[in-house]
Amino acid sequence: MDLKTELNGNLMVIFVREERLDAHNSDELKAEINRTFEQGTKDILLDLKEVRFIDSSGLGVLVSGFKNASTRQGSLRLCGLQTQVKSMFELTRLHRVFDIFQTVDEALENY
Amino acid sequence: MKNVIDIEITVPNQTRYLSLIGKIGENIALELDRSNGDREALANHLNLVLTEAMVNAIKHAKATDPDKGLHIRITISEKQLAIRVYDSGQGFDLKTVTNPDFESDPLAERGRGIFIIRSLMDSVKYKKTKCGNVLEMKKTLS
Repeated sequence: MDLKTELNGNLMVIFVREERLDAHNSDELKAEINRTFEQGTKDILLDLKEVRFIDSSGLGVLVSGFKNASTRQGSLRLCGLQTQVKSMFELTRLHRVFDIFQTVDEALENY
Repeated sequence: MKNVIDIEITVPNQTRYLSLIGKIGENIALELDRSNGDREALANHLNLVLTEAMVNAIKHAKATDPDKGLHIRITISEKQLAIRVYDSGQGFDLKTVTNPDFESDPLAERGRGIFIIRSLMDSVKYKKTKCGNVLEMKKTLS
C-alpha cells in the first residue's frame, strides 16, 4: 500500500495514496495507524483525497482507528473525502462520528 | 437483444482480484445505454456490491482454498441487474445476519458488508447449490 506520512508538530498526517481502500489493502493502513499511536503520537489526520472507492473493510479500519484514538485520549480525523467515499460514510452514518475536513490545510487550522 | 449483458468470470480466491472485478462492474454500468438514472452512481454501486460479495465469499464462506476459483456471474437485462457470486465453502445462514443499528451505534464492529449489499440491492438471497453456495443479488433498473 502506498502511504506517505508527515509529522506536523504533534500531529501525524497519513496520506493514503491509493485509488481503493478495501479488504485487500486496508490491513496495511490499520497497521500504520496502530504503529503511529504506539509510538506516542496522539493525533492522526488521514488524507483520503486520492481514494475513490472504500468498502466495508476500509470503513472498519477507520472505525478501529477511531476507537484506538479514543482509548488513548487522542484523535483520528479525516480529510479529502471524494463524493463516493462520502456517500459510504452517510450510508453507514459514520459522518456523524468523524471530524471530516475538506483539505489538510483546513484540518490543520482546526487543531 | 437490446442491452442484454451476461458475463461469467472466474478468478482465484484472493482479495487481490477485488479491484479487477469491481472495475469490470463499473465499466459494465458505464456502458449501459440508458437515459434514466445516474450511471456513475450505478457504477459505484456495482463495484461495491461485487467487492462486498467477493470478500464475503472469500472470508466468511470459508472458501479458503486459493486453488478453487471464485465464480461470478453478472446479468443485465432491460429491467434488472442480477449478480451471483458462487463459493465452495461451508456457507452461512443469511437470515441470522441482522443489520446493525448504525443510527444508535455507528461504531459497530461488524455487519457493514451485508448491510451495504442489502442497502444497494432490491433482493439478496444466499442459497445452496450442487457444489457450494451462491449469493444472489438483484436490482430493478429504472
